[in-house]
Amino acid sequence: MAYQDDIALMSHLMRRAGFGAGRDEIEARVAKGYEATVEELLHPETQPAADPYTLLRYQPASLLPGGQPPMGNLNWMFYLVNTKRPLEEKTALFWHHVFATGNSKVDNYDQLLEQINIFRERGLGNYRDLLLEMARNPTMIFWLDNQQNHGTAVNENWGRELLELFSLGAGNYTETDVRECSRAFTGWTFETKIPRAPYGRFPWKFEYRPEDHDDGEKTFLGHKGKLNGEDIINIIVQQPACARFICRHLYNFFVADEPQVPAWPLEPPRDPKAIDALAGVFKDSNFDMTATLRVLFNSDFFKNARFQHMKSPAEVVVSTLRLVGGHELPRPGYGELAMNTAYMGQDLLNPPSVEGWHTGKEWINSGSLMARVNFCAEKIGDPSLPGVRAIINRLKAKGNLSPDQLVDGCLDLLGPMVIRDDTKQELAAQAKAWGQISWDSDTNAQLADQRTSQMLQLIVATREYQFA
Amino acid sequence: MPATETTQKDPVIVVLQLTGGNDYLNTVIPYNNPLYRDNRKAVGIPDNQIMHLDAQYGIPHYMAPLKQFWDDKKLAILHGVGFKDSPRSHFRAMDIWHTCEPIKVGTEGWLGRVAREFDPKKENVVTTVSMGPSLPRSLVVQGVPVACVAGPLERYGFLPTIQGEQRKQVLGRFAQMYQPAVGSGLVMDYMSETGLDSLKGEDILKVAPLKYSSTVQYPNSPIARKLKGIAQVHFADLGTRIFYCDHSTFDTHAGQNPGHGNLWTAVTEGIDAFMKDLREHNHADNVILLMFSEFGRRVRDNGSGTDHGAGGVAFVLGEKVKGGHYGEMPSLKPEHLVQGDMDPNMDFRSVYSTILDKWLKLNPAPIVNGTFEQPAFLN
Repeated sequence: MAYQDDIALMSHLMRRAGFGAGRDEIEARVAKGYEATVEELLHPETQPAADPYTLLRYQPASLLPGGQPPMGNLNWMFYLVNTKRPLEEKTALFWHHVFATGNSKVDNYDQLLEQINIFRERGLGNYRDLLLEMARNPTMIFWLDNQQNHGTAVNENWGRELLELFSLGAGNYTETDVRECSRAFTGWTFETKIPRAPYGRFPWKFEYRPEDHDDGEKTFLGHKGKLNGEDIINIIVQQPACARFICRHLYNFFVADEPQVPAWPLEPPRDPKAIDALAGVFKDSNFDMTATLRVLFNSDFFKNARFQHMKSPAEVVVSTLRLVGGHELPRPGYGELAMNTAYMGQDLLNPPSVEGWHTGKEWINSGSLMARVNFCAEKIGDPSLPGVRAIINRLKAKGNLSPDQLVDGCLDLLGPMVIRDDTKQELAAQAKAWGQISWDSDTNAQLADQRTSQMLQLIVATREYQFA
Repeated sequence: MPATETTQKDPVIVVLQLTGGNDYLNTVIPYNNPLYRDNRKAVGIPDNQIMHLDAQYGIPHYMAPLKQFWDDKKLAILHGVGFKDSPRSHFRAMDIWHTCEPIKVGTEGWLGRVAREFDPKKENVVTTVSMGPSLPRSLVVQGVPVACVAGPLERYGFLPTIQGEQRKQVLGRFAQMYQPAVGSGLVMDYMSETGLDSLKGEDILKVAPLKYSSTVQYPNSPIARKLKGIAQVHFADLGTRIFYCDHSTFDTHAGQNPGHGNLWTAVTEGIDAFMKDLREHNHADNVILLMFSEFGRRVRDNGSGTDHGAGGVAFVLGEKVKGGHYGEMPSLKPEHLVQGDMDPNMDFRSVYSTILDKWLKLNPAPIVNGTFEQPAFLN
């Protein structure tokens, strides 16, 4: 049984630190060891990157898609499905949840994808540096109108959201702080050029215009001086509220569902000790994300939080595609495939507002539940896909399967999943109605394939499957 | 009571949420007030682009379709709507509007409570229909079903690829797996309800587009598509009493012109088509439409847009609405502003209270958590 526990723990790690894995990969990782796997995940540079030339060959329009969906979505979906660096991509998704910028306003997937690439390259690095990078990121500047934040006419959008959404959380600053913070970022803008029609757009570049910067004295969170934007960020990261806010985000994303962000000033964390532990290492490591995540993944609170997290639509779609396989090449139709997260309520690179997405239970409503069930069932119900085939082959290797063995075998290979007894009884009743299955003749094998894929479909339609 | 037995005379409310913080001052313009021009040097609406409602107020030309409703006295303008200590956070402000809880975090949405009053035994899973892929918190009350329609109504349903006899069997198994059970936890219970209610709802809602025909052409915008879906369900007499939709984003920090105009053109043209459709089908009399936003925007513009503010404006529109101004625009004098924003002088729960009391015939106090003055925009 100890081995089975290792399998279960490793698949938990891979669901959270990545987008799940098939049984072959889980077994290989168990052989390598848990802590060694955590280290590998924390060092994505040890694994090959996904190959952009494949995108160039199959979907050239997705490299610089301009403002056109679904080409932007397609581009990111290709990386999500193909990456051999699961935590790198998962961390990019994490930062996209926090620094949520969108095409509805930016109208420029080129820039949005560039931002995702920053999350890929630096998302596991230093938070202070990342925050500064975002303050200088043209996509973010345009998203929050900082190019309109002038020394003579302050625009508070970036200044406010920097404090509320990206670092401290509501209740940890005053309206005066918002004002002073915004003043400090006047003159932080980006270079714009007229598009080189018909050849596309010029990339955006950060630009600091000292003549547009309000260089006067400011008072921000008790600090006085001729503060500039970088000073503001240095003050912010030293606030105890900052470590707690970012670590609560990490907990909510990687460990277990928290209340929605607006409730954080009013409702205590689900596990205050876990937040303390994370905030401690975050601060002690000088805001190093790798060090913080190392503590997170190796902690008991993480290991014990199995199926305590509602999968986001991105997790549903990507983990399903990686499990069933056969969706590695971005063939025609890949754009439509990529839009499935949007049908479940998460249009990647296009969040509903500056707040990003509400998560956890709020992912679920009648329409989104249907979209989830229908997508997963369609994919897992296709025995021609290599990942589905691999599941069937593992079951087939066991010989004839009794109804209970079919149910247990499918639950094991889709997780191992933990499901309620009532749910299991329903699955068992269905399997009993089919009787024993076997692959001992061509006719039987065809039926056994069909029964197995139907059982898999029923399982992915359960409530339990929506959790990771 | 089966859905079809509900008489079509039951009052229906349609809520259109203007997400992002609509700019009150450029929506209902006090065009004679010199302080408007002083504060709106960059984004003020020029005089020749204002349609006068009366000697004091006008609407920008890009909201032109609303003018007819005003002239017909079917549009109520609710001035200075908001709440004290407005947080200027999209997040929190929207939550307050949705739950009527300005201090703590509310767990129940006000319209969810309305739905529970209408259908306490949960006999009709389409009492509330929301158009869009997410579920607004105003509709959330534990145990109260909401049909969220993310795409075309025709495609609403589980496992559409499985058809025939097999479909019945599979969906039967699905229903069994989603049965609630003691001790499985709040989230599992919620999913159980959602799954079972949607299963029931799909057969009901799919009928609506099949029964629909109309001479009205809706514009090609997301909000117009949502309003058309609402019209289809409303005409099918399925017993739906609450409809919800939204349009975004009104967060016009920059590029307010033409951004604000594009948003309102889509909304008002959509509403115009919707109301024409309702009249054509003789289904207009029992509908009112409420439009609100989480807050208004700062009085002084920032050079190209407007920042988060406090007091805002709401609208109620419909055949049975008593058109006119309700309340008054808060003072724009610098000494009366709160941190540069209009000080709300009408609690948003007042607007809800009139609707609840006079239109939906419910006791407002337990729904909005208190007793509030009722502006008389409904008889």
